[in-house]
Amino acid sequence: MVAENLVVCQISPDTLEPMDPTMDTPMDLRYTDAQEAFREEARTWLSAHAPAPHALPSLDTAEGFEAHRAWERTMFADRWSVVSWPEEYGGRGVGILEWLIFEEEYWRAQAPLRVSQNGIFLLAPTLSEFGTDQQKARFLPPMASGEEIWCQGWSEPDAGSDLAGIRSRARRAHSDDGWVLTGQKTWASRGAFAEWCFGLFRTDPEAERHRGLTYFLVEMDSPGVTVRPIPQIDGETGFAELFFEEVFVPDSQVLGGVGRGWNVAMATAGSERGLSLRSPARYSEAATRLVALYAERLALDPERAVLTADAVAQAWIDAEAYRLNTLWTATRVLDGGSVGSEASANKIHWSETDLAIHRAALALLGPAAELHDGGADAPWLDGYLFALAGPIYAGTNEIQRNVVAERMLGLPRG
Amino acid sequence: MHFAFTGQQIEFRDTVRRVLARECTTDDLRAAFAAPTARTARWATLAELGVVGLSVPEAHGGLGLGLLDLVLLLEEAGRVALPEPLMATSALAAPLLGDLEGAGPAGATRVRSWLEEIAAGSITAAVGPPPGCPAPIAGAVGADLLVLTTPGPEDGPEVHVVEAGAAEVTPITSLDPTRRLGAVTWEPTADTRLASGSRAASTILATSDRAAVATAAELLGVTDRMVVMAADYAKERKQFGRPIGAFQAVKHLLAGAKVKLEFARPLVYGAAWALDQGAPDASRSASAAKACASDAAVEAARVSLQVHGAIGYTWESDLHLFLKRAWALSEAWGSAAEHRRRVLGSLLAPA
Repeated sequence: MVAENLVVCQISPDTLEPMDPTMDTPMDLRYTDAQEAFREEARTWLSAHAPAPHALPSLDTAEGFEAHRAWERTMFADRWSVVSWPEEYGGRGVGILEWLIFEEEYWRAQAPLRVSQNGIFLLAPTLSEFGTDQQKARFLPPMASGEEIWCQGWSEPDAGSDLAGIRSRARRAHSDDGWVLTGQKTWASRGAFAEWCFGLFRTDPEAERHRGLTYFLVEMDSPGVTVRPIPQIDGETGFAELFFEEVFVPDSQVLGGVGRGWNVAMATAGSERGLSLRSPARYSEAATRLVALYAERLALDPERAVLTADAVAQAWIDAEAYRLNTLWTATRVLDGGSVGSEASANKIHWSETDLAIHRAALALLGPAAELHDGGADAPWLDGYLFALAGPIYAGTNEIQRNVVAERMLGLPRG
Repeated sequence: MHFAFTGQQIEFRDTVRRVLARECTTDDLRAAFAAPTARTARWATLAELGVVGLSVPEAHGGLGLGLLDLVLLLEEAGRVALPEPLMATSALAAPLLGDLEGAGPAGATRVRSWLEEIAAGSITAAVGPPPGCPAPIAGAVGADLLVLTTPGPEDGPEVHVVEAGAAEVTPITSLDPTRRLGAVTWEPTADTRLASGSRAASTILATSDRAAVATAAELLGVTDRMVVMAADYAKERKQFGRPIGAFQAVKHLLAGAKVKLEFARPLVYGAAWALDQGAPDASRSASAAKACASDAAVEAARVSLQVHGAIGYTWESDLHLFLKRAWALSEAWGSAAEHRRRVLGSLLAPA
């Protein structure tokens, strides 16, 4: 999603305040006829084009990666891959609400996971805010078509939660038209197959921590880049470790200015925790399927189902709370407001909701929960494994709780 | 789609917040604990502001507004643990009477005069539970008007309104004395009956849904108050040479409570809108809101007590005034578990 006004990580003390006290638009939770028509159009297109649920091989395999890329290309051809982007970059120029509607239809159709998610949901809003026109024109269209898939080069073996402690460096090239990168990045999702990487490097070794960092866009087949795939908990190559040895990156691939990397990265992180990475439809759809699973298991194994009823209901309510909270935030953004430290609260909520939904599903399945045999219920276990990563990636929930405590409740820094 | 309050609604909320900060201090609460009464000078002030008669039709001296206009004010009532029966009188009794005006043999004239008296701040009401859900009635002691239900003889439940003199109210002690709980003994007659049959059933359902959302709104306010009190305390209280709020163990407790509160909030506001609109899934929204608001309050109560340590366990701290309200309201008008069961039932019902 490209949202020009979506300035994230800014502190807004009271999220209830309207931007303009004279505002008199009454509350209304209905979509307009035009929005419902947009929904219908998306639904019709998806039902004609989307592969059957779980039909594609896992995107964490070489074969699956290409199958998912082909799906991105199919969507792009009919301008469905990045609906909220401007038309010149391959989008439809629709607003946040339409994007949320599209996501609802996308998840309802159980269409494939987005192999381009790091690019379209994280880098794109950041590019839109900090990139030059040339950078936008160069990078956004191939990102939208799936031709160039991005991975994220942030974490290092010794810098995870303490991101400002990164040690990978960039020094000025002798040719003075770029930078030379050296260091090691890790836990790069889709890093084994991606064409590009956005990463943080230290350009000023003298500067303290958050200062002296720069945000680079690096082509993965640049000389000096080595990729070591890392199998994730499910056994597939979801991660990669990236080694940079004297990798030249031209000045045109610095995003947001030399030494401003921390600010740029925080915008990306805000998208990761806030509005754009995890649309509520993902959880609403999973919660709806959880209720269907409950109904199914209630007939087969009523005793077990009844024991899980409370957890099923709460998981559904958590997803509904996230949906409404997103609409609340989207309204504020549309009214000219911003998303601040509530992005951290948001991240805690969606990651815990995802876990709650999948834990309830496994509890319903009982002894069948461990089956990883490709059967009809197997996606619940895969979903659970993925959900377990939620409280870790995008900034651990422990770090987010610190942010909530310090910025929303004003507690002193430790 | 526009999920936000209007500037006017926020301004009204701010006015009420200012007035209550002045007129419902913790000293006032302690006085109310010692001598709980239904109608006070504060009640008169709220009536003058239009808060008490907010949902009374304009023709009868009220503002003719809906639950959506009231939720932010109920939240303020919760923030100060208001001892007066704003929820029962303004969010439940007034809309019920407004809906049933002229519907029963009790007579339109009487209903109209009750509505006028509510708007004027000269009477308060208590509302009993739906038939088959025995519970002490909050605000029954000292209420001028009792809205009560019976299972009815044959054709379904009935709604009755009884004036104070016509019922016997036995006080029941609550941990929070300002709840003024009572058991009511009364004689249903044709004269007290306001609705029967399907009309009564729909009124009882609507009232229960409104009660769930209104209670949830009050809980948001109490919860916010407890979290703020505990955060303030954590900034001041020093151990090991630092404010205890600098320790992650304390931060994470409070952050968890804050997140629960902030995600209950949109459910409550959305449910108020849905009930006002008569949306098809409004009852489910109401239950989702109450389930989360109850859980958020109980969690915030536990956490804020823990953060306060031993002082929070005493009458010397003000915290207990809010803990007690939170505990009481979390179970009132349906517990979290009961509402979750209702949500699941609604999701499983064929569309």
